[in-house]
Amino acid sequence: MNKDLHNYIIQLGDNSLILGHRISEWCGHGPVLEQDIALTNIALDHVGQARMYYQLAATMEPGKTEDDYAYLRTVTEYKNLLLLEQENKDFGYTIARSFYYDQFHLLILRVLKSCGNKDLSEIAAQAYKEVSYHCRFSSDWVKRLGDGTEESHRRIQRALDEFFPYTAEFFAPSEADNYMAGKYGVDLSKLSSQWSVIVENIVREATLTMPTTPYPQLGGKQGRHSEKLGFILTELQYMQRTYPNSTW
Amino acid sequence: MVNQSSIREQLSTEIQDIYNVLDTVLDPEVPVLTVVDLGIIRNVRKENGTIQVDICPTYSGCPALDVIAIDIKFALDQACFTNSKVNYILDQPWTTNWISEDGKRKLKEYGIAPPQGSPDKGQLGEMDKTIICPICDSKNTEMISAFGSTACKSLYRCKDCLEPFDYFKCH
Ligand SMILES: [Zn+2]
Repeated sequence: MNKDLHNYIIQLGDNSLILGHRISEWCGHGPVLEQDIALTNIALDHVGQARMYYQLAATMEPGKTEDDYAYLRTVTEYKNLLLLEQENKDFGYTIARSFYYDQFHLLILRVLKSCGNKDLSEIAAQAYKEVSYHCRFSSDWVKRLGDGTEESHRRIQRALDEFFPYTAEFFAPSEADNYMAGKYGVDLSKLSSQWSVIVENIVREATLTMPTTPYPQLGGKQGRHSEKLGFILTELQYMQRTYPNSTW
Repeated sequence: MVNQSSIREQLSTEIQDIYNVLDTVLDPEVPVLTVVDLGIIRNVRKENGTIQVDICPTYSGCPALDVIAIDIKFALDQACFTNSKVNYILDQPWTTNWISEDGKRKLKEYGIAPPQGSPDKGQLGEMDKTIICPICDSKNTEMISAFGSTACKSLYRCKDCLEPFDYFKCH
């Protein structure tokens, strides 16, 4: 098995699963019905994408299924970005987290769509269509909250500020990222400036201030997570841990 | 999509019979469309005595896909094609271009505005399009939410007949 490629696919799958799980926590709690439905739809997209990545990873590792990756790995085996396990807190934080990630996600999928790995490019082409909607949703809300009331402005700015240090991890390559850059030209360093330009333009349009920080938060890709991921897995894996091998 | 009936005539009688069975399998989320109308049947063939039906997902997280696979298998069993297998494929992402003209007509009759224009222009232009009300044909409509009751639909409102309606997103 090609360990680097496998790790890379797991990274992508974990990002989708953990963010999808977080967003799904809004189900039934959205600020208005339309936004509740929107968030639930977006969560479903992410979980669906995670399944495609895990199914692909399972074809490389004999005896594994998609469920093994989701339900039977521990915190340190998860490779998702630290940003995505951060709590929903309020609608502003949820939007800020998605906004930063969606713009990065779209950029990486655009590269993967035309990369030389056929399996990954097929999944990316499917996911790209969905993520373009996510981008529109989260950036529209950044603008609406930023350019809204004094309170919404203050709260989305606070969320953007607080989550910004985690965005450095998007562009801090893991071994698997380095492999993908060398073998398939999926080069994170090229995406960093594109991401900054896109994000800064939207933040400015929203009458908000682009945060800066000298202290990046890194480690998710290497399995060094915050305690928050443990709580997610406790809920996500409860059935399979309590009743091993149970099926629907 | 290319004229389906002319393509079908070129198939063997047995495969044509299978397509006739597939014509009876409905999408559980939009139960006026058959799986053939929806354009998710990518290939039907016979290999070593087993009928292989390839289907593709509309959206990654579409919860209906597993149900559709079960429904197809069941319909084929009922029609005495007992040795069949349904495969999921991704080799080209599904697009609303593959919904048949008949399917688009059925959508409108059902009260869902069919996908309008081309998805190739990019999804972001999608939300700025003028969507025609499926009930009164007015162009005076507005989007309520890009995300509707299922992943494939957006929510709109007609400002003339005042009815809310679903729009099947170009995808
Ligand atoms: Zn109308």
